[in-house]
Amino acid sequence: MPFKLSTAPYLHQANSVAEMMRQVLYALIPGIAMYVWFFGWGIVIHILLTSMTALSCEATLLWLRDRPLRPFLTDNSALVTAWLLGSALPPFAPWWLSVLGTAFALIFAKHLYGGLGYNPFNPAIVGYAMLLISFPSEMMKWPHLASLSGHYPSIVESMSIIFTGQPLGGITLDALSSATPLNTMKTQLNKFHTVTEIKQNPIFSYYGAKGWEWIGSTFFLGGVWLIYKRVITWHIPVAVVGSLFLIASLFFTIDSDRYPSPFFHLFGGGSVMIGAFFIATDPVSAATSNTGKLIYGIGIGILIYIIRTWGGYPDGVAFSVLLMNIAAPLIDYYTQPRVFGH
Amino acid sequence: MTRLWQFRGGIKLDGNKSLSSEQPIAKANLPQFLILPLLQHIGVPAEPVVKVGDKVLKGQIIAHCQANDCYLKMSVPLHASSSGTVVAIEPHSVPHPSGLTALCIVIETDGRDEWIECSPIIDYTTLSPMTLRQQVAMAGIVGLGGAGFPSHLKLKSAGIDTLIINGAECEPYITCDDRLMREYPDDIVMGAQIFRHILGGTQHCVIAVEDNKPAAYSALLQAAQGRVTVVKVPTLYPTGGEKQLIHVLTGKEIGKAQLPADFGMVVHNIETTRAVYRAVKEGRPLISRVVTVTGNGIEQPQNLEVLLGTPIQVIIDQCGRKSDIKQLIMGGPMMGFTLPHDQLPVIKTTNCLIASSTQAIESPKPTMPCIRCGACAQVCPVNLLPQQLYWYTKAKDFKTAKNYHLFDCIECGCCAYVCPSYLPLVDYYRYAKAEIRANEQERQKANLARNRHEFRTFRLDRDKAEKLARHQAAAAASQPDKQVIIEAALERVKAKKVPNHSEEKPIQEESVH
Ligand code: SF4
Ligand code: SF4
Repeated sequence: MPFKLSTAPYLHQANSVAEMMRQVLYALIPGIAMYVWFFGWGIVIHILLTSMTALSCEATLLWLRDRPLRPFLTDNSALVTAWLLGSALPPFAPWWLSVLGTAFALIFAKHLYGGLGYNPFNPAIVGYAMLLISFPSEMMKWPHLASLSGHYPSIVESMSIIFTGQPLGGITLDALSSATPLNTMKTQLNKFHTVTEIKQNPIFSYYGAKGWEWIGSTFFLGGVWLIYKRVITWHIPVAVVGSLFLIASLFFTIDSDRYPSPFFHLFGGGSVMIGAFFIATDPVSAATSNTGKLIYGIGIGILIYIIRTWGGYPDGVAFSVLLMNIAAPLIDYYTQPRVFGH
Repeated sequence: MTRLWQFRGGIKLDGNKSLSSEQPIAKANLPQFLILPLLQHIGVPAEPVVKVGDKVLKGQIIAHCQANDCYLKMSVPLHASSSGTVVAIEPHSVPHPSGLTALCIVIETDGRDEWIECSPIIDYTTLSPMTLRQQVAMAGIVGLGGAGFPSHLKLKSAGIDTLIINGAECEPYITCDDRLMREYPDDIVMGAQIFRHILGGTQHCVIAVEDNKPAAYSALLQAAQGRVTVVKVPTLYPTGGEKQLIHVLTGKEIGKAQLPADFGMVVHNIETTRAVYRAVKEGRPLISRVVTVTGNGIEQPQNLEVLLGTPIQVIIDQCGRKSDIKQLIMGGPMMGFTLPHDQLPVIKTTNCLIASSTQAIESPKPTMPCIRCGACAQVCPVNLLPQQLYWYTKAKDFKTAKNYHLFDCIECGCCAYVCPSYLPLVDYYRYAKAEIRANEQERQKANLARNRHEFRTFRLDRDKAEKLARHQAAAAASQPDKQVIIEAALERVKAKKVPNHSEEKPIQEESVH
């Protein structure tokens, strides 16, 4: 009886792409729950929208590109893109923003480059950046923190706003909206207020911004869990957070009235933690060697600071990641590890 | 030598060693036929010195390595592993990844298992290293860890100051060295001492044992009595790789193009060491080895001392063949290879046979695109970038793959083991290496052919010119007034740029092309 022939190795560890992506989804859940706690159900509705859009785009494009549907639809990578994008949108953003951003991410940033594994940019970030550039006012409209305004948007109300643009009970959308802490800080600084004056506003807390510091910390915990599960290595997140912290400390020490504290940079919004642990670590678009990852992460940290402090946007995470995505192949080229015995 | 180093990468594997590690080494049954390939090692095949119909005794040389000087050659003699009659010298399929056949001597055993007269060496220290090396070579000893490098070639004394005995059996399932260390620690220590003597009394001798074999470690420690150092090394695949082990023990990194000997070191396998002990102290050539027979297709996984040439089928039956064996691996699950059937002989490099039933075979998972997660680079013990090698191989850009140090890859399989996209990375590297080698051979052949062709053209032209000159000279002699015509002819010849008769010319010609 002939035996089956195949080539070594005959062992394989259990981890698969689908499994890794599933771990990322799990790690996002606590942070998302925290969002719901502070801002109501909008984010969940948006994540449902982005997920459905992502899966249908993925399926359509695989079909168009004549690729097998099953392995790619079940690899969970489209869902990761969807969830990341959904978590970055304002909870009351109109429904088409979600759909448009996700479709753009999947079609242009992923499949036109060849699908999973071939995209030079993180699709979620491309989708987000496109929305930010094209629809700035929709993207900046964040609701008040429920605990501050005393108004907690229900599922029905959230749906009404997202799908019709009309809040219930005669309130106007503008009345529900406010600027994010990062945004407030930036505009006020531009009006030559000092950091101490600006921080009188109740949206700020002692070291970050109310609510946001909890959201950021929860995403941070999710990220630590990913490191523990070996889905990502520590290099990129530590480099991003560390370099941002250091450079912010430097300027804060020089002039604490002009430059907000390093903790405000880390916890004034949720974006740094999501960016450092979930987006910059996207293996496909990041640098790969350990030294390369450190350089890549440090680059992101510094760019975030530069864009936030001297650039035109209150938050710089998305553009920083995109810029460093461009640099990743170059970093990889110059950080080839020394081969054993050479 | 107490400090240990750690090489980068590597993986922790489930050993699955308890399947076979707890029973003493048993003897395999004597088969009816022994099939002995003439080549069971790296190098040149031995040449038969028996004919069909000859009666042979156990331990008798049946194939020799051209004349009596094999201690210099990349070859060793082959011995009959039991007494009987030579019934055939013919091609037979052998266990090799290529699945090809090779010339084998087939012996029908007579059941008496009768030895030739052995001549043990009572006190080896009175013999010269040279004589002992010859003894090792004539005993047919090659590296028994799986590589099969003729051992005597690793016993040239010049500049060796460290002898390492490799007891880091790091592949899952394999336990033959573990058992040997537990059951024959004295033989191994003595074998190491013999090695030292041959090497001119090396300063250091270390037996390295992985820390998942505590019984082997303490047995050796007891046997060593301070004469050799026994070191516990961490269990991490692939610590058993020669260069990886040297790094763990000494911190030295031996590159692709270098040999341990360049660093004053030599590494021998546990079972090789015991074989040397037997060859010297008992005067017995290498005619058997211990094979781990394991896997879930086997009723009673165990280690058997098997006569070389025994058909695998016989020993699988002896260990209890389950009816549902679907795959048979020779060697370990990380670097071994599958065998097409079990009508193949056990050879000197057969350290392990893993028979798997249906459930055990991983159904080949669908591969996904590389997501550049870098998991492969994290575990590569050679510090390569497996994902880049994969990428360039896939794009058939072999030149770049080579620049990314493709040839440093030791094919350990760590990268493929962790790849979440289930890419058969090692297959790609083997393919790329083969392609590059084939291309280089092609190029060499083409160069040779072109040189030959150029020289031939040159020679023909030269001959023609000479002939013409001779004719014209003859004509000129008979008709002196035709001098002018001759000169014109010579001019024409020159204009054709025919090189003159000097010997340097062809070389210049070549360099022009
Ligand atoms: S482990 Fe596999 S998927 Fe990850 S980078 Fe290496 S080859 Fe690509
Ligand atoms: S098989 Fe080659 S590339 Fe892969 S881990 Fe081993 S040495 Fe590195």
